[in-house]
Amino acid sequence: MKQETEHLRPYLADLHVHTVLSPCAEVEMIPPLIVRRARQLALGIIAITDHNSAENVGAVMEAAEGLDLRVLPGMEVQTREEVHLLCLFDGLEEVLDWQAVVYAHLPPEKNRADVFGPQFVVDATGEFIRYNDRLLVTSTSLSVEDVAREVEERGGLCLGAHVDRPSFSLLANLGFVPEGVPFAAMEITPYANADDLVRQHSSLAGYALVCSGDAHHPSEMSNKTILTLKEPTTAEILLAFRHQGGRRVKVVDDPHQT
Amino acid sequence: MTIGEIANKLSLSVQTASDRLQTEVTGGYASDMLSRVMAKAKEGNVWVTLQFHMNIVAVAALLQLAAIIVTEGMSPDAATLDKANKEGVLILTTPQTTFTIVGQLTELGIEGTE
Repeated sequence: MKQETEHLRPYLADLHVHTVLSPCAEVEMIPPLIVRRARQLALGIIAITDHNSAENVGAVMEAAEGLDLRVLPGMEVQTREEVHLLCLFDGLEEVLDWQAVVYAHLPPEKNRADVFGPQFVVDATGEFIRYNDRLLVTSTSLSVEDVAREVEERGGLCLGAHVDRPSFSLLANLGFVPEGVPFAAMEITPYANADDLVRQHSSLAGYALVCSGDAHHPSEMSNKTILTLKEPTTAEILLAFRHQGGRRVKVVDDPHQT
Repeated sequence: MTIGEIANKLSLSVQTASDRLQTEVTGGYASDMLSRVMAKAKEGNVWVTLQFHMNIVAVAALLQLAAIIVTEGMSPDAATLDKANKEGVLILTTPQTTFTIVGQLTELGIEGTE
């Protein structure tokens, strides 16, 4: 066991980062600027999680190639209960397979860029490729249970997003975390008081917490979550969420003070 | 007024716990945010919502609500209906919208819980 833990290292992580594909994101959320900010924050892992789409994930992965920064392919899915769930995978192909399922459960409406904002698909340098004209900021017809189970079956991780937020969250919309659903962990915002939250919501008991920026601008990216892993994969992160094999997860106020 | 009389007058379909139709209704509350319902709705209230996730049963049982009216033709799944029957939670459904149902409840003299 000791020998095993010698190969573990800490990674600062932000598992919830938007790009210019999210209509509510600022134009600065292009791959090179996301990667630059991640490096400024000494992040070792970021997850790209746009609303109901993963079309910019590959570009950010490419922008981080050769750097000591793991970009996890992900998505922030909005369920039919208007709950936001983070879905994280290891490979681009897996997230794009999942995207096909999500797209099949979106309504046929088009995005209104003048109302919601434009949805840019870009390359690794941030150059414009095309607009995504689906209405992405809306609910899919998938339930919370559908999403969590599908993602788990596909080998991914499903987390309740920003559970301390008064909207689009498990606690706000459904009152409490439903039992028997395979969530890997729960995400809180940098503004949450984790101790108070867990005291007030007994349904959070037993879940690992991560803190993410939910960044719509580079300045909102966060480095408050430390994952101690052998390598930056979803399987290792799940071990950390379960505090197994020496892997662990910790939310801190200032990563440089620990 | 009992919830059974209301169900009759508004042509609501009884999905679960039909033995609870005699419950006297103390008022009404409408929201799709279960956290708000938990904070606001009172015992004996009728709750109008289009949420049909299983958590609605636990919320209604916890607060001892008279019934949940699920609107817009949303249909809770079998597991939710089973749980509601076990917990004695009356679920009524309607194709009409929350707005329409709340208007009709108001006409019947059911007052909103503030």
